[in-house]
Amino acid sequence: MAGSIKDRVAVIGMGCSKFGERWDASANDLIVESAYEAFEDAGIGPEDIQAAWLGTTTGSTGMTLSEPLRLQYIPITRVENACATASDAFRNASYAVAAGIYDIVLALGVDKFKDSGISGLSDGGIPGPGHNMMAGAAGPPPAQFAMLATTYFDRYGLSYEEGKSMIGRVSWKSHVNGARDNKAHFQREVSMETILNAPMIAWPLGLYDCCGVSDGSAAAIITTPEIAKSMRKGKEPPIFVKALQIAMSPRDGNFNAKFDYTHVPATVHAAEAAYKEAGVTNPREQISMAEVHDCFSITEAVTMEDLGFSPRGKVREDIESGRFDLDGAQPIQPDGGLKCFGHPIGASGIRMLYEMYKQLQGKADDVLNPGQPSRQIKNPKMGLTHNLGGSPSGCAIFVGIVGLEGV
Amino acid sequence: MAGITSYGAYIPYSRLPRSVINAAWGRGGGRGEKAVAGIDEDTISMAVAAGIDCLKGTDPKTVDALFLATTTAPYKERQNATIVATALDLPREARNTDFSNCLRAGANALMSALDAVNSGSLKSVLVTTSETRLGGAAGEDEQALGDGSSALLVGNDKVAVEVEGTYTLSDDVVDYWRSHEDTFIRHWEDRFGRDAAYMKMPVEAAKGIMKKMNLTPKDFAKVCYYGANARAHAGVGARMGFEAAQIQDSLLDTVGNAGAALPFMILVGALEEAKAGDRILLLTWGNGCDAMVFKVTPEIEKIRDRRAIKRHLEVKRTLDSYGKYLRWRNLVSLSPLSRPGGSGVSMAAEWRERRTGLPLYGVKCKSCGTVQLFMSGSSMRAHVCLECQAKDNFEPYRFADKTGKVVSFSHDYLGGGIDPPATRTVVDFDGGGRGIFDMVDRDPEECKVGMDVEMTFRKIRYVAGVHNYFWKCKPVRD
Repeated sequence: MAGSIKDRVAVIGMGCSKFGERWDASANDLIVESAYEAFEDAGIGPEDIQAAWLGTTTGSTGMTLSEPLRLQYIPITRVENACATASDAFRNASYAVAAGIYDIVLALGVDKFKDSGISGLSDGGIPGPGHNMMAGAAGPPPAQFAMLATTYFDRYGLSYEEGKSMIGRVSWKSHVNGARDNKAHFQREVSMETILNAPMIAWPLGLYDCCGVSDGSAAAIITTPEIAKSMRKGKEPPIFVKALQIAMSPRDGNFNAKFDYTHVPATVHAAEAAYKEAGVTNPREQISMAEVHDCFSITEAVTMEDLGFSPRGKVREDIESGRFDLDGAQPIQPDGGLKCFGHPIGASGIRMLYEMYKQLQGKADDVLNPGQPSRQIKNPKMGLTHNLGGSPSGCAIFVGIVGLEGV
Repeated sequence: MAGITSYGAYIPYSRLPRSVINAAWGRGGGRGEKAVAGIDEDTISMAVAAGIDCLKGTDPKTVDALFLATTTAPYKERQNATIVATALDLPREARNTDFSNCLRAGANALMSALDAVNSGSLKSVLVTTSETRLGGAAGEDEQALGDGSSALLVGNDKVAVEVEGTYTLSDDVVDYWRSHEDTFIRHWEDRFGRDAAYMKMPVEAAKGIMKKMNLTPKDFAKVCYYGANARAHAGVGARMGFEAAQIQDSLLDTVGNAGAALPFMILVGALEEAKAGDRILLLTWGNGCDAMVFKVTPEIEKIRDRRAIKRHLEVKRTLDSYGKYLRWRNLVSLSPLSRPGGSGVSMAAEWRERRTGLPLYGVKCKSCGTVQLFMSGSSMRAHVCLECQAKDNFEPYRFADKTGKVVSFSHDYLGGGIDPPATRTVVDFDGGGRGIFDMVDRDPEECKVGMDVEMTFRKIRYVAGVHNYFWKCKPVRD
C-alpha cells in the first residue's frame, strides 16, 4: 500500500440521534438531530461543510442529506456497503481530507426502517436469477448467522447448553451497558435466565441473541490535524484516525469448502491491515475498547477471535471471565452495541465511532441514564470499530481504529 | 422390440392418516393414510424425483424424449415435460411431450413411447406419470386422493420388461370430470360410475386382451389396475377372474388414489418383486380402458437398486395436523402476510441459466481441477476460478446427482415460511464444491454437522403465475 491514514485526519465533532423505533421521527429529523449535535460539538455551522459523504441503505443520492440540512451546492456522495455503510462514508470523507482537497467535511449515516410496516429487514438482494433460483436458501440474517454458532459449537466441542450460555453472556453484558445509555434502543438489563429461555428465532439463536432493527443517525466532522487542534483548543481533544480498512470477501463461504463457518476470515484480513496501518502489534493489550458488529451474539464472539482479542477457540473463557464487560480488561460494546444501542444499518458505523470518541474524550457519561453507575472507561487510548455487512459467508468488513494524539 | 428398460417411482415423505381428516370434521375412524406432496412439491417436482430414481445408472444425455402424463400439470400453456427434462439434464434435442386431461394419459404416453421406439424414430423415452389431484375439504375425494409419481424408461436394449400386447377401449363414459374452470373434480352419481362404468369396462378390456392373446388369468403372476376405492378395486379383480394373491396392492391405503400415476405406481410395485418369466397385466381407467401385457426378463435383476414403491413407502413422516394440510394445499384463507412476498423468477434469466439452474450445474476448472458451484445473486455461470483465478477455463460439472455432507445448518423459525422451521444448510458435495440449500423431509432433531444429504428438486415459490423451481437437499435414508 502506498500510504497510511494514520494521524492524517482528526474528528472535531460528533453527533448521534436517539436510536430506536422512532415513530416520532422521519429520516430528515434523524439527520438534523445528529448533524446539529456534531456542528455544535465542533463549533461550526452547516455553511462550514465543504463536502459530505452520506451513508444510507434506504435513501438515494446525496440529496437525502442536502435537502434536510439545506446544504448549498456542495459535493455529496452517497455510499452503500451494507452494514459497513456509515464506516465507508467516514473512510471516503477522511481520504478526501487527507488528500488535501477539503479542510472540513461531514460524514453522516442514517437509516429509517420503521416506516416500512414490517418487522425485521425487507427482502433485500439483487433480484437476479440466482437470487430467485436459490430464493430463501441462505435465508434471512438470523438463519445465516446461526450457522456460525452451529459450527462453532461443533468444532470446539461445546454442548448446546455450553454454547448457548456463552453467547447468552455476550448479550447479557450488552444489556447491562445499554441500560446506562439514554440514547440506546434497549435500555434494560435482562437476566441470563430470560436470555436462555427466550423463544427461538433461528436455532440455536434465540430472541436475545439477535439485535433489533432501529431508526437512527450519527454524524462526524472530519478535518486536518492542524485545524483540529486549533478548533478544539480549550475543549476536549480531537480524536485522531489511526486506521481505516475494508476487506470485501468473494462470498467464498457459499462456494469454497475451505471456509469452515467457525469464524469470518474477511475480518482477519481487515484487522491485519488495520493493525499494520495503526502500528498495533498486540491488539489484545493495545486496543483499549471496541464497538464490534454484534448483529447476533455469536457474531461478537467469533469476532473477538478474528480481531486477535482472544485466542482461536478460546473466546468462551474471556466472555465468561468478564474480560469484555464495561469494567473488564477490554470492554466491548460499552454503549450496548447493535444488540442494545440499535442497528439502523446505514448509521451504525459512525454510531460506533461516536462511542469511541466520547469515551476517548472522557465524556461517556454525557448520555448516562439517571441512577446508573458511570459508563466511562478509565483512560482509554485507542478504540476499534468493526462492521460486518452481509452474512458470514459473504461480507463487507470494516475495521477502523481511532485514538488520542500520539498513541 | 421396445420394452421397459428401467423403472422408478416417488412417494412424498408426508402421509396424512385418514383418521386425522375425519377427526377434523368430527367423524370417527378412517382407513389407512394418503401421501401428501410437501408445500414445495407438485406434479413437476415429483416427476423429476421419479425420473431420478428411474435413471439411476443411466446417462440422461442418452434419453431422447421425456413424456409427462398427468391431469394436474402446473402449466396450462408451457411445456411441463420440458421443465422435467431440463431438471433431469436430458439433451436439448429431446422430443418432450405432455400427455394430459385423462387418467389414462400414462398409458397413452407409454404406448406412444413404445410405438416411437419400435418405429426407430426414438431410442430411449422416459415416460413419467405424476399427480397432485385436489379434493375439496370434507368431501370423499379429500379422503381418497393421494400424490405420487412413476417413471418407466422405454427402449429396445437390455429390455427388463417386454410388452407382449396392448388393447384399448375408448368410451366417453364419464364418472368424474373437471372443466376448465373447476378446481375440484365433479362426479356423476356414484352408482352410475361404479355399476355402468368402472365395474364393467376394465373387465371387458381384460377379457378382450386375454382373448386376443389366447391367455387366461392363470397365465399371469400379477394384475395391476387402477381403483378408486378398495371395495371396487377388489370387486373388479374377482370379476376378471383373478385370485386375491394375483392382485397387486392397490396402494389405496398407503398412497391414495394418485390418478393417472396410480396404475403405473402399482405396476412399479409389482416389477420390484417380479421374477424373470412373470407375466403382468396392467389396466388403466378413464373414459375407457387400456390393457397391456408385460413379460419380465432376466434383465430385471440388474435394475433392483431403485427406491421405487417399497422403499418410498417406508421413508415417511406422519402429518398429524389437518390444518397444516389445508395450508399446504392452499385450501384456507390465511391471515394476511405481515411481510411482502418475494418476487418471481425472471423468465429471461431462467432461460439464460437453463444449463446451470434447473439441472444444477457448476464447473470444474481445467487449470487447477477445482470443482465449484456458483450461486450468485445475478447468475450461476462462473467465469473466474475461485481457487486459481483462471478465466473461463471450465468444463461443466453436475451437482444434482451428487451427495454431500452438512457443514452447518440453522432452523429458521421466524423466516421459515408456512412450514417452519426452515432448515438452512451449507453442503459440501462429495467430490468437491459447496452450496447453500434448504433441507427438507427432515426432523429438526436429526440434523447434525457431517450428516449425509442428497439433492431434491422442489418448488421454491409461486408468484404471479410463475412456478419457480430449484434444488434443495434432504437426508440420505438408504
